[in-house]
Amino acid sequence: MKRIGVFICHCGVNIADTVDVELLTEKLADYPGIAHIENYMFMCSDPGQNLIKDAVKTHKLDSVVVAACSPTLHESTFQNAIAEVDVNKYQLEIGNIREQCSWVHSNKEEGTRKAELIIKTAVEKAKLNQSLDPVSAPLTKRVLIIGGGIAGIQAALDIADGGYEVVLVEKKPSIGGHMIQLSETFPTLDCSQCILTPKMVQLGKHKNIKLYVNSEVEAIGGFMGNFKVTIKRQPQYVDPDKCTLCDDCTVACPVVVPSEYDEGLTYRKAIYVPFPQAIPASYTIDTENCLGFEPIACGECKKACLAEAIDYDKKEEIFIEDFGAVILATGFDLYPVENIPEYGYGKYLDVLNGLQFERILSATGPTGGKMLRPSDGKVPKEIVFIQCSGSRDPERHKPYCSKICCMYTLKHAKLYKHKVHDGQPYIFYIDIRSGGKRYEEFIQEGVSEDGIVYIRGKVAKIYKEGDKMIVHGMDTLTGHKVKIKADMVVLAQSIVPSEGSGKLFKTLKLGTDSNGFMSEAHPKLRPLESLQSGFYLAGAGQGPKDIPDAVSQASGAAAKVLALMSNDEVQHEPIIATVDENKCSGCSVCIGTCPYGARELNEDRIAAVNDILCEGCGACISACPSGASQQKNLTDDQIMKMINVIIN
Amino acid sequence: MYLEISKKDINNELVQKIHEISGQNVFDCYQCGNCSSGCPVVDYMDITPNQVLRLSQYGSIEEILKSETIWVCSTCLQCSTRCPKGIDVAKLMEAFRTVNLRDGVGVVDPDHLEVENKDELPPILLVCAMRKLTG
Repeated sequence: MKRIGVFICHCGVNIADTVDVELLTEKLADYPGIAHIENYMFMCSDPGQNLIKDAVKTHKLDSVVVAACSPTLHESTFQNAIAEVDVNKYQLEIGNIREQCSWVHSNKEEGTRKAELIIKTAVEKAKLNQSLDPVSAPLTKRVLIIGGGIAGIQAALDIADGGYEVVLVEKKPSIGGHMIQLSETFPTLDCSQCILTPKMVQLGKHKNIKLYVNSEVEAIGGFMGNFKVTIKRQPQYVDPDKCTLCDDCTVACPVVVPSEYDEGLTYRKAIYVPFPQAIPASYTIDTENCLGFEPIACGECKKACLAEAIDYDKKEEIFIEDFGAVILATGFDLYPVENIPEYGYGKYLDVLNGLQFERILSATGPTGGKMLRPSDGKVPKEIVFIQCSGSRDPERHKPYCSKICCMYTLKHAKLYKHKVHDGQPYIFYIDIRSGGKRYEEFIQEGVSEDGIVYIRGKVAKIYKEGDKMIVHGMDTLTGHKVKIKADMVVLAQSIVPSEGSGKLFKTLKLGTDSNGFMSEAHPKLRPLESLQSGFYLAGAGQGPKDIPDAVSQASGAAAKVLALMSNDEVQHEPIIATVDENKCSGCSVCIGTCPYGARELNEDRIAAVNDILCEGCGACISACPSGASQQKNLTDDQIMKMINVIIN
Repeated sequence: MYLEISKKDINNELVQKIHEISGQNVFDCYQCGNCSSGCPVVDYMDITPNQVLRLSQYGSIEEILKSETIWVCSTCLQCSTRCPKGIDVAKLMEAFRTVNLRDGVGVVDPDHLEVENKDELPPILLVCAMRKLTG
């Protein structure tokens, strides 16, 4: 017979107000199996834990029940406490008498009766708990990073600097993400490319980093510490070793398509370098638009290439590589503003989105940094900026705040004033959210000193009259309807998860929120990890983020991965499925039920359990018709005994 | 009716004149509404003090000059004491009155006051009016 100790926590008044702790201590003292029982004000405190440890030694306890708060909070605290006095940590059982009892009841008599039953069930379960050891598995010390924006770049550099091998997979032909498109960054107004390109160069040359551009993750198998990932790389069709970057091919190419880098404000050829500082700095052929795959139709670039670097016959390549952990830095895109017809985007050339305006401000942009409007190349003298374009609109668009628009819109207005001194920017806003170091000051300077006029209200419609864009809005502070004849309108659209990320998350079986952003394991305490073990999150793919936040999260995720990599092997909870070979008929129901691929028929036609893959969800156990499958420390026998206590 | 906001109105001559007279930068205001919420006579105003600031930012000075608000202001200085951006709103109000008075709007001429009024009004009010409404 086990010697079980029961420790009841008052949790201040949280439990003790609704549960008569003293009465329970007295009443349960004679319950079969309980060798020792006591109560204490705060069991989780150091004195509380010491009390448990002392009792284990004094009363020679081999199992412990703590009746307190939810096991999600302090289970590991008490497990570690009993482990310190040489009791296996799986001999600990929590009776949750707070969240599931005292907090949801007000009648003390009934609360006490329920707490008594909860403690008794925990004791019944503890009687049959076995001592277990964590399951161990080898650890592959390589890290996969998906996405080559600032978050992916930062995480890759941090991990590679830590001495571990990193593979960075980027869908586009160059790393750099959206940050490389920006002109200057708030609130310091330092040039985005100037601060990003050194990191890109560092990444391109790092001995521990392997870069796959034009590549996507096709499939993933395995588990934390031992992922097997299939990466598909589209060919560039231009051999970077032979290419001399002479640019003869782009001159020869007759195909003209809108430039992604310039957000469609300029054009590029079908053979191109995405932007001057691209890493890797090599030409790539856009297969969707190139005519050369039908040699009769074109082939001009190949003819022009004296270095003979172009090969249309290159095929896509598949790589299967092993990794221990994955960081997802899939980034963002802008909400399609075509969905807001009243703003006339797409209909009027002078209604731009935020990234297009960044390109116009940028020295490498379509106007070479001159402030000119797209329709007629004139200098816009009055610009209306519209914040919350698609954000904070749960009925029609996106319910959330996109977080970065208040700041970048003010930055846009400021940079516009720097270029056009007599220009007048107006910003329509609902609220200004400038939480961040030096952010509020940045806004106030813009308002007080730069003559930027803020108008509180939403714009109802925009239309063209002559060469002016007429903006109808509302100033809710004066109650006036407002009309502005502007030369240009810039929309600050919502941030949405990047195109294609949803498909990737499905492939990886990663959880997302209702807006498609990756879900973190805990919104406050585990913001860098996914609930899927071995996956870490960085950047705007988890939610709208500015550069400092994306970099911080990336470094945080890198630190998590480095901590994992510093282990010799990965450990896994042992509360998993097990099979009684004498009962198993090999019916295979469990195999189809298991979401983790952890059950398979062995040579004796027994449905064996792969301890490493099993996550202990219990699906196979409830499906097993013969009762051969059992959950360790949660067997049918234990569950029946717990139920018996309650119904008798 | 639309309030048409345009580049030529923002920081126009009248706004600059108000700035010159009051020494206050209306563009400092971030519309928290503290001036209006603390004002003891705001109930008698047709536009609230924060709206005066907002209209000034748009350059709609004419609308302010026509308002009752600037005359209702008793210069109690509550707004000026509490403004988180350090704007002396009372001085601004004084500047608007001054612009009006210089144009002869709202001036009290003691020589032409009706005798009945002189009899009915408390002397202290007349003294106030002389000081406030003679420019």
